[in-house]
Amino acid sequence: MAVISRGFTGRRREPGPDLPPGQFLTRDFPVLSAGPTPEVDTADWQFSIRTDDATLHTWSWDEMMALPIETVDTDIHCVTRWSKLGTTWRGVSLDTLFADVETTDEFVMAHSYGGYTTNLPLEDLLDGKAWLAFEFDGEPLEPEHGGPVRLLVPHLYFWKSAKWIRGLEMQQQDEPGFWEQNGYHTYGDPWREERYS
Amino acid sequence: MAATVSKTSYATPSGRVIELDVPHWPGNLAGQHLDVRLTSEDGYQAARSYSIASVGSGLVELAVDRIPDGEVSPYLTMDIMPGDQLEVRGPLGGWFVWREGATEPVQLIGGGSGVVPLMAMMRQHAAAASAVPFRLLYSARTDDDAFYAKEIDDLAGPALDVTWIYTRKGPGSWTGPIGRLTRETLAAAVIPAAENPAVFVCGPTPFVEAVASWLVELGHDPARVKTERFGGA
Repeated sequence: MAVISRGFTGRRREPGPDLPPGQFLTRDFPVLSAGPTPEVDTADWQFSIRTDDATLHTWSWDEMMALPIETVDTDIHCVTRWSKLGTTWRGVSLDTLFADVETTDEFVMAHSYGGYTTNLPLEDLLDGKAWLAFEFDGEPLEPEHGGPVRLLVPHLYFWKSAKWIRGLEMQQQDEPGFWEQNGYHTYGDPWREERYS
Repeated sequence: MAATVSKTSYATPSGRVIELDVPHWPGNLAGQHLDVRLTSEDGYQAARSYSIASVGSGLVELAVDRIPDGEVSPYLTMDIMPGDQLEVRGPLGGWFVWREGATEPVQLIGGGSGVVPLMAMMRQHAAAASAVPFRLLYSARTDDDAFYAKEIDDLAGPALDVTWIYTRKGPGSWTGPIGRLTRETLAAAVIPAAENPAVFVCGPTPFVEAVASWLVELGHDPARVKTERFGGA
């Protein structure tokens, strides 16, 4: 039973089938970060995937750029309730990066420059669902939006798309990351409104 | 959770302080936020997050700035009256918070309505008569646009060091500079990095981006600079 707020009519922007429940459309690109924006030079940037047997798969910026690059047209949904439809990114599919990675672990902790972390099931990163993105709407990704490279996992709330990504660590259990330890949902499906724990 | 508006007052020309009576409010830490959900008579709903200016249980105080093309903030700042009802969910967020037991000095830096969660921290600090050094650097467009200006002036003193920045116009008695915060002013006003303060920065995105980068350049440990941003980049 909902409480009615007297005189509230709302803007009635048609929700449409592309907008998950409780979200509103924005043309802006709001920024949400827990701390200062780290400065990461592409010359120093490195990305690695670390498996349970401590094997390290590492890519430099140039090595990543030599991989097949995909264009991704997608909608993004932030837990703070804005959604942005029809964004265009360029990046490398996680399928490409995981091609030679052997692991039996089913979960991943994403680590960022600056110390941010977020946890995801491995299956949410594979089969064309996730990328390392370095371009947004035709421009190099701005530092405040996670540049030079961020994780892009658009089917989950956007805090899962870790900015300033530096590596993925395979884990046996689904350990909570930064926001997941601070009251937010462990999985974060916008269509089921999995905002808070 | 159902909430009833118990009191409203104008904080600035575009902002309003709203006191909510939330019978089942479990209390909140200083700096946390909540979700407000509005429902129209025909069932249409809209929800947004707002920082909480108060601490403790029962009464919850928000200070909301109007976003001209917004959906929820115009209602909260122009239409709402005591007795009106809405729903809240919270408290939310466990990162941008100050806990009374913390012993390190605290530097608060607010831009515009970004002072709201910092207000909760200053109020808790004052209510506890805490000996932890607290400093506030508050940047507002004009003195009229400053949220909680009088209360901040009243709290200012040995327990709370306050530096005001006015980007357009100060109060009549103001003899300081007018203009945007600079790195030099910031460096002179904040607790030095050597004292290892906990730093909380909240405001519009460009303000927080500039302040947080300067703090890092001035030697502050990025892990001790907690930020909350609003608006686009």
